[in-house]
Amino acid sequence: MIAFIAKRLAAGVVLLVAVSVGTFFLAHTAITDPTVGLLGTTATEAQREALTIKLGLDRPLIVQFWDWFSHAAIGDFGTSWRNFQSVNDQIAIKLPVTLSVVSFATLLTAFFGITLGMIAGLNPNSMLDRMSKGITVVLFALPGFWVSLVLVIWFAVNLRWFPAVGYVQPTQSITGWLRSITLPAVSLSLMGIVVVAEQLRNEVIAVNKQDFVRTLRSRGLSQGQVIIHILRNACPAALTMLAIMFVSLLSGAIVVEAIFSLPGIGQLINSSSQIGDIPVLLGITVVSVIFVVIVNFLLDIALGWINPKVRVK
Amino acid sequence: MADVNTPLLTVEDLVVEYGSRGKGFRALHGVSIDIKPGECVGVVGESGSGKSTLGNAILGLAPVTEGKITFDGEDISHAKGADRRRLAKSIQVVFQDPYGSLDPTMRVGDILAEPLTVAGESKDKARDAVAEMIERVHLPAGTIDRYPSEFSGGQRQRIAIARALVRRPRLIVCDEPVSALDLTTQSTVIDLFIEIQRDIGVSYLFVSHDLGVVRRICHRVAVMQRGEIVEFGDAAMVTSEPEHPYSARLLLASPVADPAAQAQRRQNWLALREEDNAAAVR
Amino acid sequence: MSTTAIVQEDADPRASKRQSIFSRFIRTPAGIISLGVILFIIAVAVLAPWISPQDPNYVDLFAAKAPPSAEHWLGGDSTGRDILSRLIWGTRTTLWGALITIVTALVIGAPAGVVAGYFGGAFDRAASWVSDAIQAIPGMIILLVVAAGTRQNFPLLMATVGVLLTPGYYRIARARTLTIRNEPFVAAAWVAGLSHPRIIVKHIFPGVYAPIIIQTALAAGIAMGIQAGLQFLGIGSANVPSWGAMMNEGFRFMLTSPLLLLWPSAALGVTIAALAVMGSTLGDLVRVRTPSAGKKATAAAATANAAARAPATGAFAYDADKAAVRVENLRVAYATPSGESEVVHGISFDVAPGEVLGIVGESGSGKSQTVFSMLDLLPSGGRYEADGIVISGRDVAKLPAKERAKLLGSEIGYIPQEPMSNLDPCYTIGFQLMQPLRSVHKKSRKEARDIARAMLERVGIADVDRVMKSYPFEISGGMAQRVLIAGAIAGQPSVLLADEPTTALDVTVQAEVLELLRELQDEFHMALVLVTHNFGVVADICDRVIVMRDGDIVEVGEVRETFAGAKEPYTRDLISASLDGAASRRELDEEFAGKGANAQPAAQGA
Repeated sequence: MIAFIAKRLAAGVVLLVAVSVGTFFLAHTAITDPTVGLLGTTATEAQREALTIKLGLDRPLIVQFWDWFSHAAIGDFGTSWRNFQSVNDQIAIKLPVTLSVVSFATLLTAFFGITLGMIAGLNPNSMLDRMSKGITVVLFALPGFWVSLVLVIWFAVNLRWFPAVGYVQPTQSITGWLRSITLPAVSLSLMGIVVVAEQLRNEVIAVNKQDFVRTLRSRGLSQGQVIIHILRNACPAALTMLAIMFVSLLSGAIVVEAIFSLPGIGQLINSSSQIGDIPVLLGITVVSVIFVVIVNFLLDIALGWINPKVRVK
Repeated sequence: MADVNTPLLTVEDLVVEYGSRGKGFRALHGVSIDIKPGECVGVVGESGSGKSTLGNAILGLAPVTEGKITFDGEDISHAKGADRRRLAKSIQVVFQDPYGSLDPTMRVGDILAEPLTVAGESKDKARDAVAEMIERVHLPAGTIDRYPSEFSGGQRQRIAIARALVRRPRLIVCDEPVSALDLTTQSTVIDLFIEIQRDIGVSYLFVSHDLGVVRRICHRVAVMQRGEIVEFGDAAMVTSEPEHPYSARLLLASPVADPAAQAQRRQNWLALREEDNAAAVR
Repeated sequence: MSTTAIVQEDADPRASKRQSIFSRFIRTPAGIISLGVILFIIAVAVLAPWISPQDPNYVDLFAAKAPPSAEHWLGGDSTGRDILSRLIWGTRTTLWGALITIVTALVIGAPAGVVAGYFGGAFDRAASWVSDAIQAIPGMIILLVVAAGTRQNFPLLMATVGVLLTPGYYRIARARTLTIRNEPFVAAAWVAGLSHPRIIVKHIFPGVYAPIIIQTALAAGIAMGIQAGLQFLGIGSANVPSWGAMMNEGFRFMLTSPLLLLWPSAALGVTIAALAVMGSTLGDLVRVRTPSAGKKATAAAATANAAARAPATGAFAYDADKAAVRVENLRVAYATPSGESEVVHGISFDVAPGEVLGIVGESGSGKSQTVFSMLDLLPSGGRYEADGIVISGRDVAKLPAKERAKLLGSEIGYIPQEPMSNLDPCYTIGFQLMQPLRSVHKKSRKEARDIARAMLERVGIADVDRVMKSYPFEISGGMAQRVLIAGAIAGQPSVLLADEPTTALDVTVQAEVLELLRELQDEFHMALVLVTHNFGVVADICDRVIVMRDGDIVEVGEVRETFAGAKEPYTRDLISASLDGAASRRELDEEFAGKGANAQPAAQGA
C-alpha cells in the first residue's frame, strides 16, 4: 500500500512538473510581449521598457523560468503583473466560489446520473430507457453555457426564482449561497448527468449479461442484493467520468461563470488571459493540476476498493 | 524430396521465457521434439503445461530464450522480419478458436487469397488456388463470396484449414483445432486432417488436451507437464499404456464413453489417488 | 459458451458487414434526419457567398434591432447588420473551425493509438503518458493563453482545441487495436507472411474505423461548443461573423431583443444535436442490442405456433409423486428480430431423489435452456412455458416470479459451467458464500461463516482460511469450481442442476470434481441433473440419460442400456464420435495402406 501511494505520488509530481514547464514556455511563446496587454496600446516605449525591467522580462527566459519554478516549488506563485497582489491570495479568494459551484454540480451529476443510468440499464429498451436516451442525446448536444443562457432567461429573468447573476458568501446567508449557485451548478451538471447515465447504463447492461449474475440469482438473493452486486461491478467507468468532470470544470467553467457573473477561478482566468497576466495563469494551472493529481489518486483508491483485481495491476 | 527419416523440424532444448530475462515467467524448460515429413506429432497436456507455447515458438509468436529450432536444415530460432515472412510458405497454423481466427470484416475468398497475394501471386492464380482448397476441405464453391459470420464453427475451422493450405506448406501447427467443436463435427474435421495429410504429405504438430483426439490423429505424441516433456513416444502406446506416472494420471482421469470400462478406470484412478495421497503424507 | 449464444450472436461489432452499417444507418429515422440536417448545414456553409442575401458586415442603421421583415428575414442585429446573412456566414466559420479541430485530433490521435495498441512497448508507455498529461492540462487556460498571444489566429486556436481532444481518439484507437491485436486472426495473418504495416492496414483499420467515426461526430459537437464558448468570451475577429459572438450580443440585449439570442442559439443547438444523434445512432448500430420480446409479437407467435406444435418428446420414468423433479412439455423460445424462435420444442422428463440424470447433446440442442427454465433464469429475450414443472411435489411453473425465486438456493442448487466468470470479481469468496446463507436462510453471521467454512472443507479445499478471504481471481479454476459447488449445496437443496460443470476444467481436475459430485449427491441424497456434451462424463456419473437434438429429446434410457445398444442412430453417432476405443492413427494407416493398391505411404506426396 505504501509503495502504491509513493508510486502514485511520484507520478503526480512528475506530471505536475511537466505540465508547469510546458505551460510556462507555451505562455511565454504565445504572449511575446506581455507589456502590450498590461499597459494597452497607448503606452509609450519608455513606459513599456520600465515595466519590462520591473517584471524582469529582460532576463533570459531560462532565468525567468528558474525564478518562477523555484518559488512555485515551495508554494509561492509570485505576484500578479497587473495589480502586484499575491497570486496565492487571489486564487485563495476565487477558489471557494468555483469549488462550491463545481462540487454542487458534481453532486447533482452523481445523484441523477447514477439513478438514471441504473434504471435505464436494468430495463433496457423500456419506455424509460428510450425516454432517457432521447433526453441524453439532446442534453449531450448542448454546451453548458447554452443551457445556462436558457436557464437564466427562464428561471431568473422570467420566473425570478433564482438570482440571475452574482454570488452570495455562505457566511452571509446559507440559503442565499445555495440560491446563487443553483443555476450555474445545474447548467454545469446536465452534460455530466448525461455522460454518467449513458456510461452506467451500458455497463449495467453488460454486467447484467455476465454469468455470475445468474449464479447470484440462483443462490436465492433478492433483486435488491443482486442490484448492489451489479452496481459495484458497473460503476468504475461512471466514477471515472465523475472525477474527470470535477477536475475539468475547476478551470473549465469560464463561460458559465461569466454568464452568472460568479467571481470564481474562471473569471480570474478570463481577465488574466486577456491582458497576459502570466503568473496568475501559471498559478491557476498548477493548482488545477494538483487537483487532478489528488482526485486521480482518490479515484484509484476507490476503484481498487470496488474491484480488488485493479489493485494487483 | 528429403529422406523420410530425416526430421523436417527439430526442436532442441527450447526455453521460452516471457517478460524480462531471469525475472520473467518461464513457460518452457528445455523441450526437445522432432517431426518427420508427413508425420503427425501430438503435444498433450493440461492448461499451463506450455503445449501451446511450443507451437507459438515454432511459429515465431513466442520468444526463444535458449535452444534451437531447425526447420529443413535451417536454424529458424530467431528468424525475424523478411526471414520469418519467407517461412510463411513452409509453416502454417490452425488455431483453436473458429470465431476469432477469421477476420470478420473480410470475405472468405479474400481471407484465403491473402497469403498468396502477399507472396506476389497473381490474382488469377490465387483465385484458382483458393477454389481448389475450398474443394479440398469439402466446402461449397459459393463459400468464397460470403463472410465468416455466416458459417458454423466446424465450417469456419475448414476455412481456417484451407487458409493454412493455400501456400502448400510442409508443416502445419494445429493449436487445439477441434476442441471448440461439437463431438460429431470434431470427428469429421479430424478425418479431414488425416485425408489431407495422406494426399499432400504435410506434417502436423498437433496440440491438444484430449488424449482420444491425439490417439486418433497422431503417429507420435509428447506429454507435457509444467513446461517439460515427460514422455515422448508412439501415440497408440502413450495413450493406452503410458510409462510416465503423469501420463498415466492423465489417461486415468479422462472418462471413457463406456460405463463398464469407465467404472474400471475410475477404480484405477481412485487407487492411484490413494497412492498419491499416501505418498504425500509420507 | 453455448448457453447464451442466441443472445450474444450479434454482440461482436464487426460481425456485421461493413457496407451495411451505412445503409442500415440511413434506414433509421434518426439516422436519415440527422444526416439530412448535417448535409444541409454543410451545404449552407459551402454556398454561403451565393445564398447569403447581404454582406454580413454591411451596416444598415435603420435595421438595428429590427424585427424580421421582407428585407431582413430574421431581422437586424444591434448595429443593423442582417442576422440571416451573419448566421449563414457564421455556419461557415463554425464548420471550418470544427474541421480544423477534428482533422488535428484525428491525424495525431488515431494513428498514435493504433501504433501504441499494436506494438505496445516504450512508444505505448510514452504516448499513453502524454495522453494522460494532456487530459490533466487545464484546457481552457491553454486556449485562452493561445488566444491572447495570437488574437487573430483562429485556425491555430482551433488546432489547439484539436490537440486537447487528441486523447479521446488516442484512447479509442488504442483500446480497439488492443482488442483486435489479440484476436487469433491477426496472429494467423502474421504467420501467413503479412508484414506489420500490412496487418495494420488490412486487419486493424477495418475494426477501428467505426468507433472513430462515432467519436468524430461527438468531437465535432464538442469542438463547436468550445468554439462558440470562446467566441462568446470575445475571442476571434469582430469582422468574422460567428454564432458565439452573436450569442454574446444576444445575451447583452436579452431582455429587450430576445430574438437576437434565439437565432444563433438555435443554429448551434440544432447542429450539435444532429451530430450527437448521428453519433449515438451509429453507436447503437455498431453495438446491436438484444431484441426484446414484444408482448404482442409473443402472443401472436404463441397462437400461430399452437396449431403447428408437435407433441412433446421424452418420457417419464417414475410416478408423479415419486419424482424429485418432473418437467412436462417444456417449451423455450427467444425473441429475434424476425419474430420468436423456439429452441426447445416441448420436452418431458423426470428425476428421482438420489438419481443422476444426464442431459447430453451438442451445441444448440437446448440442453442449457432446459436448465435455465427450471431455474426460471433464462437470459433476457427468452421465455418458457410448460404444462408443469413439479419440484418436490409442488407445481412451480404457474407460481408468480417472486414465489418461484424463493425455491432458488433452498430447494434448487445450481452449478454453472465457467468457474471464473461465475463468481463476482468484486467480493471475497467468504462473502459470496455467506450472503445467501444470511439473507435466504436467516443465519447469523457466525452461523453463516461456520457453514461456509464447513462447506469449503467438505468440497476438499485444504486452506479454508485463505480461500474465505480470497477474491475469485486469486484462486485456480478448479478451486473456483469447488467454491461454486460449495455454494450450490450450502442451502441443502433437494435438486442440484449442473450445467456442464466440468467442461472448462482440465481432465485431472474434472475427475476430482466428478468424484466430489458423486460423493455429495450420495451423501445428501439429491436429485442431480447434469448437462454435458461429453459421453465419458455420462458414463462416469449418470444413472439415466436424455439425449437432446435441436430442442427435442431423441432418446431416454438407463445409461448402461443406452451405451450397450442405443435405439437412435444419432445417439450411436454421438457415442462413437467420442473416439474412445476407436482405431488409433497407426491402425488407420495400416488399414488405409492395405485397402487400395494405389495407396501410398503417408510420407510420399507433393
